[in-house]
Amino acid sequence: MLWQVLEGLSRDSAKRLRFVPGVVYADEGAACGQSPEDRAKTVAEAKLVLQSVGFPWHIVALEEVFSLPPSVLRCSAREPVGTEGAYKAAVDSFLQQQHALGEEQQSLPCPPRPPIRAGPPTAGQTEALSTLFSSVETLTAKEELLRTLRTHLILHVARTHGYSKVMMGDSCTRLAIKLMTSLALGRGAFLAWDTGFSDERHGDVVVVRPMREHTLKEVAFYNRLFAVPSVFTPAVDTKAPEKASIHRLMEAFILRLQAQFPSTVSTVYRTSEKLVKAPRDGCAAGTPGPRCLLCMCVLDVDTADSATAFGAQTSSQLPQTQPPVAQAEAPTVSCCCTGMGGARHCCRTEEDPRARVIEQLCYGCRVNMKDLPSLDPLPPYILAEAQLRSQRAEAEQIQEYLLEDREDEDARPGES
Amino acid sequence: MPAPQCASCRKARAALRRPRSGQALCGTCFCAAFEAEVLHTVVAGRLLPPGAVVAVGASGGKDSTVLAHVLRELAPRLAISLHLVAVDEGIGGYRDAALAAVRRQAARWELPLTVVAYAELFGGWTMDAVARSTAGSGRSRSCCTFCGVLRRRALEEGARRVGATHVVTGHNADDMAETVLMNFLRGDAGRLARGGGLGSPGEGGALPRCRPLQLASQKEVVLYAHFRRLDYFSEECVYAPEAFRGHARELLKLLEAARPSAVLDLVHSAERLALAPAARPPPPGACSRCGALASRALCQACALLDGLNRGRPRLAIGKGRRGLDEEGPPGRRGPQPSGPPASEPIPGF
Repeated sequence: MLWQVLEGLSRDSAKRLRFVPGVVYADEGAACGQSPEDRAKTVAEAKLVLQSVGFPWHIVALEEVFSLPPSVLRCSAREPVGTEGAYKAAVDSFLQQQHALGEEQQSLPCPPRPPIRAGPPTAGQTEALSTLFSSVETLTAKEELLRTLRTHLILHVARTHGYSKVMMGDSCTRLAIKLMTSLALGRGAFLAWDTGFSDERHGDVVVVRPMREHTLKEVAFYNRLFAVPSVFTPAVDTKAPEKASIHRLMEAFILRLQAQFPSTVSTVYRTSEKLVKAPRDGCAAGTPGPRCLLCMCVLDVDTADSATAFGAQTSSQLPQTQPPVAQAEAPTVSCCCTGMGGARHCCRTEEDPRARVIEQLCYGCRVNMKDLPSLDPLPPYILAEAQLRSQRAEAEQIQEYLLEDREDEDARPGES
Repeated sequence: MPAPQCASCRKARAALRRPRSGQALCGTCFCAAFEAEVLHTVVAGRLLPPGAVVAVGASGGKDSTVLAHVLRELAPRLAISLHLVAVDEGIGGYRDAALAAVRRQAARWELPLTVVAYAELFGGWTMDAVARSTAGSGRSRSCCTFCGVLRRRALEEGARRVGATHVVTGHNADDMAETVLMNFLRGDAGRLARGGGLGSPGEGGALPRCRPLQLASQKEVVLYAHFRRLDYFSEECVYAPEAFRGHARELLKLLEAARPSAVLDLVHSAERLALAPAARPPPPGACSRCGALASRALCQACALLDGLNRGRPRLAIGKGRRGLDEEGPPGRRGPQPSGPPASEPIPGF
């Protein structure tokens, strides 16, 4: 994709692209358990390629999620597009071509600018990151967590440097796999955002996927024919057995099915084009509702009599203590949570921080969090934002009981 | 090591662990919990109002057997009356044995049983004849497509004959999950838009259908049948290996191994799919030939039968639906095991 952008910006192309891009590379070696020497080598290789491209580049390590501010998780309003000049740059990402199951890397090279530290991450942060990733029980949850953190990191870099769009290099094949994987992870409500062309849930930064119509094979041929250099690094799921995670399973399944029914990938892709970014008919239109803490989509865990609201009740009965997200076997109904999520505030008397975080997540993220036994290793910005939101929710709850202070001083004080 | 105590009654020894939650329960408590969950599904979804005459699609397999049994247990509480409707597709060697099982069940539970046969309803076409007719098309036979559509029609017809107000089928959560996967892999946006709910309300004269077992996982259905010692027919249809659903089923098994809640997650996803208005099926009208619910001029069953009768079995399958508007040979709906060889050019599908 980077090469295509390069061509598009060159003087002799017929339709010249009109933006100023930067390139971002995210070094995820710590999450994948690479040794520091390997990481340094990969970063050096990546740097070479990036320098040859000529755009401003940024390299960021995944450890920097530990120093992100909570504002990353807030959806800012879209800035009005300035009338003058080129609009702000897009951030590109690489696509690995070395092998068919290429690893996707986003490059976040760090320019010599103050906001982001240019030096290598501290050992403490690397340690914290490995603790986080090794505490996750399943590979599926690991991959999802990695994806989430990477997205937040790129978002942060884009916002800091004033980029308004982020270009990802997902190809058609990858998106088809991603669609089916999201379906299996319970993210059916958000498919349009996860796999569509543009993804505006973050407000001011829009994620676009210009490569979504090219299959992996085409990309591989392109890279070969035009001698596009690429860098290979192992990812979280390299050398994992096929059944280890939902992502791997789905990938293997789709590629296998594609061999038998050659139209599989394009069929799934075409179906994805028919998805719209709207709540399903029958849901309340109008008020958007709260957003998920991690993926920033509008929460899809509703209180209606959905088929899975009840199923979730009975299935979340685990032997060990489980946060009271959905409670009670059918005959015995405890406290207020009759599974319909009703007055969830009164469960707050347990002061369980985990429950506080969990209830701010969408269904898919909740299922992932089940594989994280403790929320402490999470980067502080997530926990801080969760705290803030729950405090705000509590404040809103008592708001209706507060009487407004009027101008004159003998107004009654608010009651809660 | 002795089995732990039942988590619910704390008296008996636990006999099983529930697949989704890992809770240890004894047989009686598990059956009670299962029935309570089905009751909740029906009541919360208002699926079967009191006084309903319910036609239970009984195939002799585990799902419909369990469904019939549970509904029979719950019938007094729900104030409904049950009829068993069995469909004879005419698959030799398979359906006869299954029907024998249904007859035994009907006798044991003292429920009225009606059998409707394809041969009688659809002008002599049995599934075996359909399979022969579609055999030469090169690609997979797609006789399952025919069977599904025609069975739905046959069930409806049988329900009408017994004067039923609702039709229930034994689809479980795994079936729903497989259906979603399958529809995505085949790009069937119309079905994706329609599916996912707790059943369909009756539109335009069709009887309301629902699936009370929709939230129960397949493993639990089998466990229930085991503990209640139900007698059912457990072989696979002879045409099943060729069905596309087999791929979806295999995928679902793998997903479940990787993450036990995969089935529930898929059902959750399916409920919340948002498809573009253009992709949704048009509001249903009536079939011009038989008057049943149809999105196009001809309902799917009539269209399929038309194709069979004209010797072009793939006429109504797949996109395009070319040639559907042509009038078939007037009046002639007799059985034609294999239609005339292509004197007209076969349209490419």
